[in-house]
Amino acid sequence: MSGPSIHVERLVFAYPDGRQALYGVDFTIQRGERVALLGPNGAGKTTLVLHLNGILGSVAGGSGSGRIQIGGSDLHREHLPEVRRKVGLVFQDPDDQLFMPTVRDDVAFGPANLGLRGSELEDRVQEALVQVGMQDHADIAPHHLSYGQRRRVAVATVLAMRPEVLVLDEPSSNLDPASRRELADILSGLDVTLLMITHDLPYALQLCERSLLMDAGRIVADGETRDLLGDAELMAAHRLELPYGFDPLSVPGPER
Amino acid sequence: MSGSAGDGLLVVVDSRIHRLPAQVKIVALFVFVLAVVSTPAGVFWAFALYAVLLAACVALAKLPVATVMRRLAVETPFLVFALVLPFVATGPQIDVLGVSVSESGILGSWNVLAKGTLGVVAAIVLSASTAPRELLAGLERLRLPSTLVAILSFMIRYLSVVSDDLHRMRIARESRGYAGGRAGHLKAVAGGVGALFVRSFERGERVHLAMQSRGYTGRMPQLATSGAARNQWLEGLTISLLAVLIAVTARVASL
Repeated sequence: MSGPSIHVERLVFAYPDGRQALYGVDFTIQRGERVALLGPNGAGKTTLVLHLNGILGSVAGGSGSGRIQIGGSDLHREHLPEVRRKVGLVFQDPDDQLFMPTVRDDVAFGPANLGLRGSELEDRVQEALVQVGMQDHADIAPHHLSYGQRRRVAVATVLAMRPEVLVLDEPSSNLDPASRRELADILSGLDVTLLMITHDLPYALQLCERSLLMDAGRIVADGETRDLLGDAELMAAHRLELPYGFDPLSVPGPER
Repeated sequence: MSGSAGDGLLVVVDSRIHRLPAQVKIVALFVFVLAVVSTPAGVFWAFALYAVLLAACVALAKLPVATVMRRLAVETPFLVFALVLPFVATGPQIDVLGVSVSESGILGSWNVLAKGTLGVVAAIVLSASTAPRELLAGLERLRLPSTLVAILSFMIRYLSVVSDDLHRMRIARESRGYAGGRAGHLKAVAGGVGALFVRSFERGERVHLAMQSRGYTGRMPQLATSGAARNQWLEGLTISLLAVLIAVTARVASL
């Protein structure tokens, strides 16, 4: 793959009801980077992320302008399937992501759409489940799993497509502390470019060396996570707050 | 809460019937029920034989008799209808224990009762020996349109999610001190159903996004992996074919 993993230029988008969500977004994420996308509710984070694999935006037949490059090539209608393989999206609610009767079927859904069959498909499913430590739960129905397990399977469903970029929408939301840590262990062990929407600022600091701060449809800050979190004025201006007693300078950053 | 809706009605034991491919069992059920309903109501020995066949099936599937009995409860509305029939049907009357009832009504009642019960028990055997996923795979093998299979599959998957939603909404309502009468309660439930519909609709949109993100182009991947072998078909259809034999004999005998 040549070029940066994600390159976004002057991205503008309004929903069909006229609500403007993105007012010109520019950023570049290099291969292998781990980046957190921070910002208050309604800043346009999820909207932005849905552009990266062509669900929203002009490629999907919607309104909006701007340029998105994934792995150096422009987003085009013709290679949407390829882009959707490259950019793996993990949704916030695992019940939205897991819709097949069993965990195995669900993880197989993506690769099967890519045309894999038979033993090749089985190997791919097994590999993805092992990556998230859920290989012993393959034949269980998703609603029998705990919330943390469902989140991990949701990550596996995307990993099974061997994405080059993994995009997660609030991966730590609704998880108990142990599940949250287990997920961090899994994510930090993956060899992919990572873009993660989160309100969980310590989580961002733990996993991502770089952060983008988004507010009102624009990127308002881009820099090292520690610097951003340490800038009290910037944080306050965009409705971001650190948890009580948390000092971003007192903890080690991501271990690479 | 979510555990109860779990594997549908499956009773987890290992038996010959559990191991049969789902498509074989579906066809077997269909043929059996057809044979039963086409038997004239007056040929009582035929129904006795069907019952014996079914009992053998239940035993073969190692299903607990108590479970089968409990699940027979779905038949209750038909039972009520069957019990009313002798009193409302017209025709020649006979006296039973001093009460005058219609003769054709009694036969009709027996007809509903016998055929209904046999059909329900057969369906219970299928549902208790086949996991929902297998059932879907079986329907798919039987060339049910894949859209229908997908709809059924989503229904199974999201039934527990939606019923959890409903449960939470009820708790929220009661926690805020809701205490309407019976009618008021119905009204609140109706409103809740509206909200539930909107929620489910939105979830549907999100699920569709998630499907698209994983390369969905309008065709669900196949669930079924392998077809049934010839001897599996033979094994599975034995009881149904016996039932057909009985039905034909009964027809001929009652001519």
